[in-house]
Amino acid sequence: MLSTEEISEIEAEAAHYPRRDAVCIDAMRIVQRHRGWVSDDSLHDIAAHLGMSVTDLDSVATFYNLIFRRPVGRHVIMICDSVSCWVMGYDRMREHLGTRLGIGLGETTSDNRFTLLPIVCLGCCDRAPAMMVDDDLHSDLDPQKIDRALETYT
Amino acid sequence: MTPVTDKPLTKNMRPDGSVVDIRAYEQADGYQAVRKVLHGGMTPNAVTDAVKDANLRGRGGAGFPTGQKWSFVPLGNNAPTPTYLICNADEMEPGTFKDRLLLERDPHQLIEGMIIAGFAIEADVAYIFLRGEYVLAAERLSRAIAEAYDAHYLGKNILGSDYSLELYLHLSGGRYMCGEETGLLNALEGKRANPRSKPPFPPVVGLFGKPTVVNNVETLCCVPHIINHGAAWFHALGRTHDAGTKLFGASGKVKRPGLWELPMGTTIREILEEHAGGMRDGVTFRGLLPGGASTDFVTEEHLDTPMDFTAMAKIGSRMGTGTMIVLDDQTCPVGMTWNLMHFFAQESCGWCTPCWSGLGWVERILTSMEDGQGQPGDLDKLASQAKMWGPGATFCALAPGAAEPLQSALKYFRDDFERHIREKRCPWR
Ligand SMILES: Cc1cc2nc3c(=O)[nH]c(=O)nc-3n(C[C@H](O)[C@H](O)[C@H](O)COP(=O)(O)O)c2cc1C
Ligand code: SF4
Repeated sequence: MLSTEEISEIEAEAAHYPRRDAVCIDAMRIVQRHRGWVSDDSLHDIAAHLGMSVTDLDSVATFYNLIFRRPVGRHVIMICDSVSCWVMGYDRMREHLGTRLGIGLGETTSDNRFTLLPIVCLGCCDRAPAMMVDDDLHSDLDPQKIDRALETYT
Repeated sequence: MTPVTDKPLTKNMRPDGSVVDIRAYEQADGYQAVRKVLHGGMTPNAVTDAVKDANLRGRGGAGFPTGQKWSFVPLGNNAPTPTYLICNADEMEPGTFKDRLLLERDPHQLIEGMIIAGFAIEADVAYIFLRGEYVLAAERLSRAIAEAYDAHYLGKNILGSDYSLELYLHLSGGRYMCGEETGLLNALEGKRANPRSKPPFPPVVGLFGKPTVVNNVETLCCVPHIINHGAAWFHALGRTHDAGTKLFGASGKVKRPGLWELPMGTTIREILEEHAGGMRDGVTFRGLLPGGASTDFVTEEHLDTPMDFTAMAKIGSRMGTGTMIVLDDQTCPVGMTWNLMHFFAQESCGWCTPCWSGLGWVERILTSMEDGQGQPGDLDKLASQAKMWGPGATFCALAPGAAEPLQSALKYFRDDFERHIREKRCPWR
């Protein structure tokens, strides 16, 4: 069931488009912001609310990088693997994160604290290497800076 | 009026990185161009002509003349309604970080540009299509849009005129193809961001089947200044015929990576050596991608070329987004090419076989080369793939864009590719 808050946020966005199903990406992002990810149940509820077929909505969901169709940890780390960050030491940063958290890309720590995902260029190339944790951008990374940043997410 | 500046796009920006709010923007002569258009009796065609005379070319990478694009939109009482204006703020081209600055630091400049562009094409509704990761930009834009509505720069009968415009912010679900003009239209309609066949072109049949103009953030930000100061002034800002200023950037192992507003036509060398401070100690320059991942590498011999659309095309590359990515001697050119092909392979929408299947194959060949498994025929295979992605061979410009760094890496760093195969290892590992 979508919450009343989710429904009112979706309806506010829906008013921006002449067709109701056009809001489906915004709708999935809204639900994800409340629940962390878009489960099968959420997908059904959103599709029903917008009068779309579940298959159509899922084909949209799976196309987009920022819509999570699998559960994620409390915090999502997105590390930029594009060219400027790669030149500036992406491999070392990914290895450091992997060792420290004991997980690889696409995995979640056993305490459910962090999920580690690769992301394309974050538009922070002059301060590479860079990553985002939830809504926060962290740049000019080195292993110590990564450690300090991670401590602030519980 | 305050004295006319030679850095119109960044003149209001604060060193502490905070946002220019509506009051500060107005104090710096902001929204004067909107007043001039709406209260000064300019017609839509007069606005378009001013932009044409200024020779404003699209800053999204392709350099299409902006006024010409606007003039394709049907105007008048018999035109289909609504007409849409879209600001492309997807900025997912690897190595590109210019629109972020304009969005985060001076959002009203963009809004003012959109009102004027909207007036020129008689747009009823406008969207800013913003990439989802630009959280700070989203916050600041939302606030700026609300401020602009409160001050009657947006909504019904703007500043008491006959012109009305609604402006909405859309956050992307995240995919490189959303930045491609027609992929963007599908994304905004709530579909997968596959491109559409052209013709018909978006100015005639676009969003929800209606006339639509898609322009880049930086393009739209130039518009208020052209209206305020005129075409001759805009030409005089640039050093070459491709007029105006441009946000140029540099990333990689340079001393001072960054972003600078400079005259169009500033040479690559000046950007690299004076503004970026040259290479860091201990590394030497090998080449650079001038304007994002989908532009051809250039090398030492090209450094005195002016960065503009025309001159960069003459040396077999493109200015692209104007943010250069520098390759140094401590970084493996094959590895860098692999990284780029990995990106394109992952972001291909899968519509055309040469693109999705070819990119996957190229990525595998480069992986094996890096792992010491390269084969003597590999370079020919890579070169023939790059040819198959040439303009016209695929449905959109992603594949031709991917061909550019690949073909030029094979040309300028051939010895390095051959060494990988001969020595059966990556010499940089
Ligand atoms: C795969 C692909 C991605 C693109 N991404 C962007 C982008 O993020 N931002 C942008 O302004 N243009 C992007 N473009 C170019 C747009 O298709 C379009 O040409 C541009 O937004 C037009 O605006 P302009 O004429 O003001 O430059 C992309 C093109 C392709 C083929
Ligand atoms: S060139 Fe690639 S990204 Fe573009 S339509 Fe074809 S498959 Fe899709």
